[in-house]
Amino acid sequence: MKYIFQTGIIFAITLIGEILAGLLPLPIPGSIYGLILLFLLLLTGALKLKYVEGAGNFFLTILPFLFISNCVSLMDSMELLGNHAIVIVVLTVVSTLVVMVVTGGVAQFFISRRKKAEVKEATEGGAEHE
Amino acid sequence: MNEFFSESLLFGFTLSVAAYGVGFAVQKKFKKAFLNPLIIAMLLIILFLKIFRIDYETYDYGAKYITYFIQPATVCLAIPLYKQVEVLKKNPLTVLVSVLAGCIAHVLIMIGSFYWLQLDETVIRSLLSKSVTLAFALPITEELGGIGAITIVGLTIAGIFGAVVGPGLLKALKITDPVAQGLGIGASSHGVGCGRLVELGEVYAAMGTVSVSVAGILTVLIVNIAVMWI
Repeated sequence: MKYIFQTGIIFAITLIGEILAGLLPLPIPGSIYGLILLFLLLLTGALKLKYVEGAGNFFLTILPFLFISNCVSLMDSMELLGNHAIVIVVLTVVSTLVVMVVTGGVAQFFISRRKKAEVKEATEGGAEHE
Repeated sequence: MNEFFSESLLFGFTLSVAAYGVGFAVQKKFKKAFLNPLIIAMLLIILFLKIFRIDYETYDYGAKYITYFIQPATVCLAIPLYKQVEVLKKNPLTVLVSVLAGCIAHVLIMIGSFYWLQLDETVIRSLLSKSVTLAFALPITEELGGIGAITIVGLTIAGIFGAVVGPGLLKALKITDPVAQGLGIGASSHGVGCGRLVELGEVYAAMGTVSVSVAGILTVLIVNIAVMWI
């Protein structure tokens, strides 16, 4: 019964997200509005984690499985994919590497800079102490 | 075979569960990132349908009910994001700026290859969302008028490739901090990358989860601006 109640809450939030996507002129999918809404509800404490966690974790565990039919639909696009196969593979591999290195590199830059600042602060603090 | 199965709601559903079960068992036994249960299941089902000459529509008649649950399950991604909110609060600028830089770099490559390499517009529209999780990527592709199948192929390659080469490559480039590695792999290789990060450690996985959600939301926004140039 607990899970039915939790699923009900999740469905209700999803539905509100759908309605928002219909009302607002932005090309943002309804599930994204729902995600942001649920996040805000949890963050503000309006909704306690325990009211959605059980059913939520179940949905998250099966999330990859839910895409099965979308994946199988590839079988009707084999020809199209074949025609563009090389472009798709090369572009994907290159762009994946670039995104990974850019994101990781920028983050590393911030972290290294902060660590240096912390070390500097610590040594200066030590000097004053003497 | 089509006539027999087209009346049955349970056919597509049962076939899906069975194939995914096989895929899951294979992954559990060999523990390799490229042995993704979803891919194994997809290949098994396509093979089955081809051998018995069953249409995709006949299969989807039952399997579409599985697809309906994608939306509420996507909304649930807010739960791990909320659980990792402390990590996000601790490094808000690092997370936002680095993931934003990655998302912009991705869009620039796509737009650049459209203009300078004269690549097919539909392919570009379909690949614009390919570094974020499927739950975000497919609706984006739909909005952009791309082809979902191409998105899925790109996304799968991005996930597996990033999970397999990511940690080693980043280390070679002196990007060694767990936070930076988690963010980089999460932003480029979504859930499949996170699976690898879980093996590396808790900080890696936490940053990966945050990165996937933030990259998803930022990509939705950026792609909608970017598509004006195509």
